[in-house]
Amino acid sequence: MLNIVVCVKPVPDPSIADKLKIDPITKSLPRLDIPLVINPLDSHALEAAIQLKKEYGAYITVLCMGPPSAGNIVRECLALGADKGILLTDPAFAGADAFATAYTLAKTIEKNGPVDVVFCGMASSDGATEWVGPEIATFLNLPVVTMVREIVKDQGDEWIVKADYEHGYRKVKLKLPAVITVTRNINQPKSLSFSGILKARGKEITEWNREKLGIPAERVGLRGSPTYVTEITHLESRRKVEILEGSLREKIERLVQILSDAGVA
Amino acid sequence: MIDFTFTEEQELFRKAAREFAETKIAPHVPTMEATNRGWDEVVKELAEAEMFAVTIPEEYGGLGMGYVARLIALEEIARVSVATAMMYQVFGLGIEAFIKFGTEEQKKKFLPKFASGERLATVAVTEPSGGSDPKGIRTTYKKVNGVYVLNGRKCFITNSHIADAQVVLAVDEDNPDAFTTFIVEKGVEGFKPTHEEHKVGMRGCNTGEIEMKNVTVAAENVIGGEGKGLKVAMAAIGDVGRGGMVGCALGLQQACLDASIKFSNERILYGKPISNLQAIQFKIAEMKIDLEAGRLLGYRAAAMQDKGERSSNEFAVAKYYTTEAAQKAAKMAVDIHGGYGCMEEFPVTRYLRDSFVLGPSAGTSDIMMVIISRWALS
Repeated sequence: MLNIVVCVKPVPDPSIADKLKIDPITKSLPRLDIPLVINPLDSHALEAAIQLKKEYGAYITVLCMGPPSAGNIVRECLALGADKGILLTDPAFAGADAFATAYTLAKTIEKNGPVDVVFCGMASSDGATEWVGPEIATFLNLPVVTMVREIVKDQGDEWIVKADYEHGYRKVKLKLPAVITVTRNINQPKSLSFSGILKARGKEITEWNREKLGIPAERVGLRGSPTYVTEITHLESRRKVEILEGSLREKIERLVQILSDAGVA
Repeated sequence: MIDFTFTEEQELFRKAAREFAETKIAPHVPTMEATNRGWDEVVKELAEAEMFAVTIPEEYGGLGMGYVARLIALEEIARVSVATAMMYQVFGLGIEAFIKFGTEEQKKKFLPKFASGERLATVAVTEPSGGSDPKGIRTTYKKVNGVYVLNGRKCFITNSHIADAQVVLAVDEDNPDAFTTFIVEKGVEGFKPTHEEHKVGMRGCNTGEIEMKNVTVAAENVIGGEGKGLKVAMAAIGDVGRGGMVGCALGLQQACLDASIKFSNERILYGKPISNLQAIQFKIAEMKIDLEAGRLLGYRAAAMQDKGERSSNEFAVAKYYTTEAAQKAAKMAVDIHGGYGCMEEFPVTRYLRDSFVLGPSAGTSDIMMVIISRWALS
């Protein structure tokens, strides 16, 4: 039976994105007062694990680092089909960049026991660095394939996956254990079911803090983060409308000119 | 210490119900509105989402999640489609009669199929002479050679044409004080759904009449015991029926509030969104106050119901308050929309029409006042 770990990040609910305020000092999103949801791409990572579990049997552990309120995110993952949840919560973890996050997650995976596959979403909807998956792999000394859109062969310990690559995809052979980050094309996550919610009652959620993981304070949270956000600016997307007039030929010529100026043609 | 918070599980349940309503029910609403049909499709969606199983005990194939969970589901469905919530709530009424009063055989025979949605239940009490005075019904039964023969007509029955098992209240032909409820199954000779109603609102919610001409019902299909029909009918309507209407009303109130906030933030008048105007703010505040107060009344009653306590009086208060508030909210939402509030492209017109059907269902506001005053004076 496969041992699968899925890393899940609690992110601010995208449906209230216009109400989010960025901390002017830390340039981060304070997560205490805003509803948190499962990072959308992590839902695809979890669904990939659930599909493998249905097909071959697997034990799925969900890792989630966040404030205590992120416990409901873990509970939701259990309701969706994961078997066990680990909530990494400690004020010391606050302000972690991708590096410190990946280090903490990697140490948790090590402590949790043997693993065959670690699934992550390709990126988070708030940070969007795409670094956490590869960095976990580095800390665990495992191979990693990013931007996976399809698992072509998933039997034995040598898998074949299709991963996005510029305008196409590449087929990659990888040996387990490995880390895989997924895109939204890999599957369509299932909705929560009522019976799934009830089944989650009997599943275990463990809370671990820095001390429990036995890692030094200077390796986690803001202190363990070598990168920091220097500036955040709002991008305005402006639309421009131009009604083309004249004969058909004139309109086509003008359209070609516009596309050419925009670097499209 | 009173804890007014939902459990983590209930919050998840709300999330699941909301997602279901928005993704599975919302796409059917335009067809339901345009054709006054579409119930088969939404019933199928409700079944696939395990909605019918919510209150049915686990030993009969249900989820045993209770009445707070049911209220959450109803509220979320009604926020998207009051018509669907209304059908769902009345299926629950039918189911409740089996849970509370069914024999072990009846429970085993019917409840697992109700839970999966393979079969559907409803309650048929109301007649042209009224629904709030069940003693005035004219549908009769007569015991002949160990079976019962039913004759009569019921009207304004939600799910009349789609339910497979109807819990029908009838009076003894020879004894005007003896009332009994019977399980009348679809397809039995002499039983047929007849007229389909065209209501002012809740389009796509199946409502109609049923007719019984010498319908023979076996003794095993008596539910709750011979002569105890009023208790069955009142228990189903009193707690579950009124509770269901509270869910429908709360969902509609939330929909009115959501639509009003959206429109008032987008509609510019005097160079600013109209949500900056105090006249609009006060309407929104009033809707919010009513919604918060209604939720406290409704969920308190449902929590009592989950504890097995009698909650029909508390539900009468909640039913009165929330259905009145829903009508008020719908009117205010239409007012906030100005001229757009008269155009069917905007959902508030539907909300207004739907709000008028909430009042009479499961007892009018005046009947609620009668019940509440009796409670207060007792």
